[in-house]
Amino acid sequence: MPRGELVGGIVISEQRTAEQSLEAQVWAWLEEVADPEIPVLSVVDLGIVRDFRLLLNGIEVDVSPTYSGCPATEVIEQDIVTALESKGLAPVTIKRLLSPPWTTDWISDQGRRKLHAYGIAPPGQGVSKRELMGGTHSIACPQCHSLQTTCVSEFGSTACKAAYKCDDCLEPFEYFKCL
Amino acid sequence: MATQMNIEQARLTYALRLGDNALVLGQRLIELVTHQPELEEELANANISLDYIGQARMYYSCAGELEGKGRTEDDFALLRDSGEYQNLLLLELPNGHFGDTIVRQVLFDSFYILQLEALLGCDDAGLAEIAARAIKEVRYHLRHVSLWLIRLGDGTQESHARVSQSLLDLWRYTGEMFSGDAVDDCLRDACNGPDLARIQVEWRSNVNAVLAEATLAMPEDEWMIGGGRQGVHTEHMGFLLAEMQHVQRACPGASW
Repeated sequence: MPRGELVGGIVISEQRTAEQSLEAQVWAWLEEVADPEIPVLSVVDLGIVRDFRLLLNGIEVDVSPTYSGCPATEVIEQDIVTALESKGLAPVTIKRLLSPPWTTDWISDQGRRKLHAYGIAPPGQGVSKRELMGGTHSIACPQCHSLQTTCVSEFGSTACKAAYKCDDCLEPFEYFKCL
Repeated sequence: MATQMNIEQARLTYALRLGDNALVLGQRLIELVTHQPELEEELANANISLDYIGQARMYYSCAGELEGKGRTEDDFALLRDSGEYQNLLLLELPNGHFGDTIVRQVLFDSFYILQLEALLGCDDAGLAEIAARAIKEVRYHLRHVSLWLIRLGDGTQESHARVSQSLLDLWRYTGEMFSGDAVDDCLRDACNGPDLARIQVEWRSNVNAVLAEATLAMPEDEWMIGGGRQGVHTEHMGFLLAEMQHVQRACPGASW
């Protein structure tokens, strides 16, 4: 193998390593951007940051909004821009992806644990139309884990949540709806 | 045979009509914020209206791209007059009492969900993409208002009598949903879009099922009022727009 190519290969692999570590760093920075409505969750936990591309000049971030009318969408996008610009990645461009549509299945396992610890029952996984339409799925109380719970209101304090109460410990709680 | 020009025009009009339906219904529901009979319904109504306004934004953005003249979602929503709006008349009617509002939404959402299902598989990628998001929200909305209709219809004598009357009052506005024009034909034929005749059959059967559970009789078809989709509106539309567009009309270009 000609020497030049080998050297070139090493240079490229070094570049790749550098890029990979920068990518990991960007994910870590994005992990610090909190959802404005549920501050224990980061935009990565929520699964709304789908991907990003480091450009010669700046970065482009793919974001999937949750609900059509979610007023947090613009705030989240602005927070991502501010966070990454503060790390010297300007200009930050947000690319809003509608398809495939965001689903609660994209909330990470870590995100589900954080929701639970915060007192919000995490959404069930594998969203089916039946589940969306009510089904027979029982929601466990995040306080006492009882399955004896009742839906108080299909719609909660934000578009993504429903209001529940536990029939055992009697605590009210919120449920992150399947979407 | 539709020309390329016609297809582009049809897609634009179709996107605008979807946006107008969503925005006008969203605006009507926004009027009810702080006027709901109970806290849970307050939350539900505000969430539902926000979903519709969010959907309108997506349709208008899509329309702006199709039109290619640089018009934004705000331009479509806030700077067009009544004659340029092409929503269904049903949606611009004043809210009436709670039963009227619920019946209107059952009638419309039962149609809209079928329209969205058909759009999921159409060849217009922009509309299919929006439909995939919107349909998940509308399923929740339809379930919510259907449960209310069942509760009211199968409730007290008073609630039954009142929603029966709502149904009679609003029925004549339902024909417009299925009276397609050249735009609907073009989208169906050239883009594999919704087939209104098929949707009407399914709509009747779905609505009938909810009405039966609510112990309500499906009204007889009578003369149907139309015109909204051609920009000919009821007298209520001007008042709705005046309130919604007031700030942009008074202070053009205002932003916050």
